[in-house]
Amino acid sequence: MNIIITKEDLEKINFFLNRVVTSSLAQSVLLIDRSGQLIAQYGNTLDIDILSLSALTAANFGATAEIAKILGEEEFTLLFHKGKSENVYFTALGDHVIMVTLFDEKTSLGLIRLRINQIADGLLKILKAIFDGNRELPIQTEGRRQ
Amino acid sequence: MPFINFSKDEIQCKIVYYGAGFCGKTTNLQYIFSEMTEDVKGKMVSIDTKGDRTLFFDFLSLNLGKIRGFDIRVQLYTVPGQVHYDATRKLVLKGVDGVVFVADSLKVQRKKNIESLINLAKNLAEKGISIRTIPLVIQYNKRDLDGTDSEVLPVGILEKDLNSMLKVPSFSASALKGDGVFETLREISKLVVKDVSRKIMLVDQPLR
Repeated sequence: MNIIITKEDLEKINFFLNRVVTSSLAQSVLLIDRSGQLIAQYGNTLDIDILSLSALTAANFGATAEIAKILGEEEFTLLFHKGKSENVYFTALGDHVIMVTLFDEKTSLGLIRLRINQIADGLLKILKAIFDGNRELPIQTEGRRQ
Repeated sequence: MPFINFSKDEIQCKIVYYGAGFCGKTTNLQYIFSEMTEDVKGKMVSIDTKGDRTLFFDFLSLNLGKIRGFDIRVQLYTVPGQVHYDATRKLVLKGVDGVVFVADSLKVQRKKNIESLINLAKNLAEKGISIRTIPLVIQYNKRDLDGTDSEVLPVGILEKDLNSMLKVPSFSASALKGDGVFETLREISKLVVKDVSRKIMLVDQPLR
């Protein structure tokens, strides 16, 4: 299975990511697949090695999912790491995607969570369509153009 | 599971270096990292223990140039080889597009190579992937020890042990010295890109 992200998908995704960043004063938001691949990013990520961050995020989530299992939980759906000035908040969006929000002291975890909750359903719908592959895409069936 | 991003004209693929403990997976990545130019590589990330054993994985991102107008970005991962880290290996295999199986040429590691290959097949099967169909390359590492005091298996025996059924491309290598490292990377990249480009051809132009 291959995951196809069209320009239209990305525009829709960015609409929601933009809303989170502007309404919460977060620095940036990333969407990462659970295998560690970067799907989308919005905001100021110039100084960050986002590819390494994506790989480590997926690993972090996978590791904590195993901790959850040991404790009898299915999964921990959110994680928060607090630094001196930089903070990161991870939240699961459905079965395939992790949202990573980077923010500093200009905002709060509560506001970030509120804003994400407000757009989560809309964003999830787009992501589900991408990962389930049930969109009406003009994709040729396998074997037609070998 | 390659990511085809039509907005950025980029394809991201995941290649995993698999094999028993101390076979040289991390050494392969370290050599690649040391030899690639800055403009095509990202940072190398390693999560290891103080004893230099890989605890979780190593990660290195490379840009392999363009194919059909798409930038090809491959992400190289290693797994921890030690038997009891199987859960971690399964996590790293998530979304894998191609595998390099690194075999240790030392005679004492013969059984561990076979066990690791069986473990790979099992873990791939759990994800619905057949070891017979996924792009796979086998590397016989530590060939530089041939002719030294260490007992090294001839390549023919390693082939018989590991590749008689699979019949995939295989390379002799010394990850420490760099021999065969890029040949292995080139071959697995070729196989993965071929597999992915076949999939691109199935996607019509109106998507762009």
